[in-house]
Amino acid sequence: MEMDLGTTAAIATAMARAATPLALAAVGELVSEKSGVLNLGVEGMMLVGAVSAFAVTATTGNPVLGMVVAMAAGMLMALLFGFLTLGLLANQVATGLALTIFGVGLSAFVGKGFVGTPLPGLPSLDIPFLSDIPLIGPVFFGQDPLVYVSVAIIAAVSWFLNRTRGGLILRAVGENHDAAHAIGHGVIATRYRAVLFGGAMSGLAGAYLSLVYTPMWIENMSAGRGWIALALVVFATWKPWRLLLGAYLFGGVTIAQLHVQGLGVNIPSQLMSMLPYLATILVLVLISRDATRIRLNAPACIGKVFHPER
Amino acid sequence: MSISTKRMFAAVALAAGLATGAAQAADPVKVGFIYVGPVGDHGWSYQHDQGRQALQEALGDQVETSFVESVQEGADAERVIRQFAANGFDLVFTTSFGFMNPTLKVAQQFPDVKFEHATGYKRADNLATYAARFYEGRYVIGTIAGMMTKSNTVGYIASFPIPEVVRGIDAFTLGMQAVNPKATVKVIWVNSWYDPGKEREAAETLIAQGADILSQHTDSPAPIQVAEEKGVHAFGQASDMSRFGPKAHLTAIVDNWRDYYIARTKAVIDGTWTSEDTWGGLASDMVHISEYNSEVPEDVVAKAEEVREAIIAGTLHPFAGPIKNQAGEVVVPEGETLSDEKLLSMDWYVEGVQGELPK
Repeated sequence: MEMDLGTTAAIATAMARAATPLALAAVGELVSEKSGVLNLGVEGMMLVGAVSAFAVTATTGNPVLGMVVAMAAGMLMALLFGFLTLGLLANQVATGLALTIFGVGLSAFVGKGFVGTPLPGLPSLDIPFLSDIPLIGPVFFGQDPLVYVSVAIIAAVSWFLNRTRGGLILRAVGENHDAAHAIGHGVIATRYRAVLFGGAMSGLAGAYLSLVYTPMWIENMSAGRGWIALALVVFATWKPWRLLLGAYLFGGVTIAQLHVQGLGVNIPSQLMSMLPYLATILVLVLISRDATRIRLNAPACIGKVFHPER
Repeated sequence: MSISTKRMFAAVALAAGLATGAAQAADPVKVGFIYVGPVGDHGWSYQHDQGRQALQEALGDQVETSFVESVQEGADAERVIRQFAANGFDLVFTTSFGFMNPTLKVAQQFPDVKFEHATGYKRADNLATYAARFYEGRYVIGTIAGMMTKSNTVGYIASFPIPEVVRGIDAFTLGMQAVNPKATVKVIWVNSWYDPGKEREAAETLIAQGADILSQHTDSPAPIQVAEEKGVHAFGQASDMSRFGPKAHLTAIVDNWRDYYIARTKAVIDGTWTSEDTWGGLASDMVHISEYNSEVPEDVVAKAEEVREAIIAGTLHPFAGPIKNQAGEVVVPEGETLSDEKLLSMDWYVEGVQGELPK
């Protein structure tokens, strides 16, 4: 099997592209889960984000505005989820599933008029000179701006969770909401903020799909990426950098298997399609073999209803 | 994923205009459609719905149509089909291979309701089947690809290794090699009917590996968009996708169910409906070649039209011998043609396809 520099660069570039929507949606969910809220509505929020971003960009021609509106739309969806689960104490799993179903339907309804509208893709960043370096250039300096933004967000989230007072409170709320409440932290307010952040990130991930990855709107275009993002959070044992690694690994193996197929290597394609899942699970399980540490990382209050009077 | 497809939107299209008291027409025939994907997929389900809309338009207040989209193959499908049957529908079209067993089951329970199942092989007195010979169209676009490729490498984005898809790859390759024996087809399987992201990556991979023309047997227009971006050519799938790549989109194989839906509904109205197996092709326009892009040179258009007309006239069969398999052995000798039965169970690549068929 021949692997020249161009192929390697193509795989590496495509890997970042495939990983970015997963990383964005997953880091939002990670924050939400760290605060103790399991939101299974990621897929729905992504789709609503995707259609909003597309609609706004196609109408105004301004992709930045499209992304901002996508994040706002994701937050609106998350607000609805928060109102039901935090305000009305509804079951988080059921509400999350309902949010996904609602998001799929709503995005299809809103997007009806935009099916088949073409949209020019966003230009990649292309930093002069640097992006001309072979291999390193296109991979590190020639990506879509959102690729860099997603890495910056992961870094920020990691810093926030581990190095700031706000992050400590958020984790405390997720670990033991009664204790956090007893020492005077606003459990509900903290969770609302975390859930809203999750919605914004899912919305942005959706915007990436409809503006950058495949610049178009078609129903259900996320094709299950929201669910993969949810799984990544667990496999990454709620650690932001590990999450990024998982997303890139998943994206990388997805792309690599396509190239291997094209080169005519005789491995069943069904097995190849399984590889990204297998590889990601395997690696993340291996680097987090210590079971007690996983339990330490998993927020103890995840999915539990909090009622201050009890 | 599974959850999202459980969504059910039953949109009822009512016959236009109110029936006046004086001219009370007979009750309209109620026709139901069940789609596996969303009508907005711009592919398979979209084209079935185009057929439904044409039916409604053509027969006006003689007919009342309804559809349910994004129905999961399996238990969910049976529930939806039964709902149609129980609600007094006269004719129900179930438009995906996976609806076969549930359709048969419900058909046995409702002998007075007529059913039509697309792409299946199980029939009953009140259950007909219909499908299209898309391979005829693929042979035509293969001709175009063979004449237009400069790198002699043509990319093919495939969904699942089932006979329908394999037959398409083979017909495409045969059409291509008939005009250009040096050209070969590179296949990438994405193991999905519909995943814009994955289809995009497969298209990019094929182009990176030297393909200058793309063909696809997946439903999203993402590969067309990539072709446009990279300055190569591509063929649309199921519907005309030219707006996604005004320069790249050479032509498309369009699924045209319109005439069939109208004819079969009329048969129900006239009382002449019988259970049949229909396998339409270019001749009945069930498989339609959309408008050629101006990027296609005139001699190529002429050749493609010649091939298309020869297939319609019956003087050319895409699977007429001699046909060799990948090992170079003659599988169909000169003077013979692959039977429909063999075509329906196609599980081997012809010479000119690269790589091995996943089994």
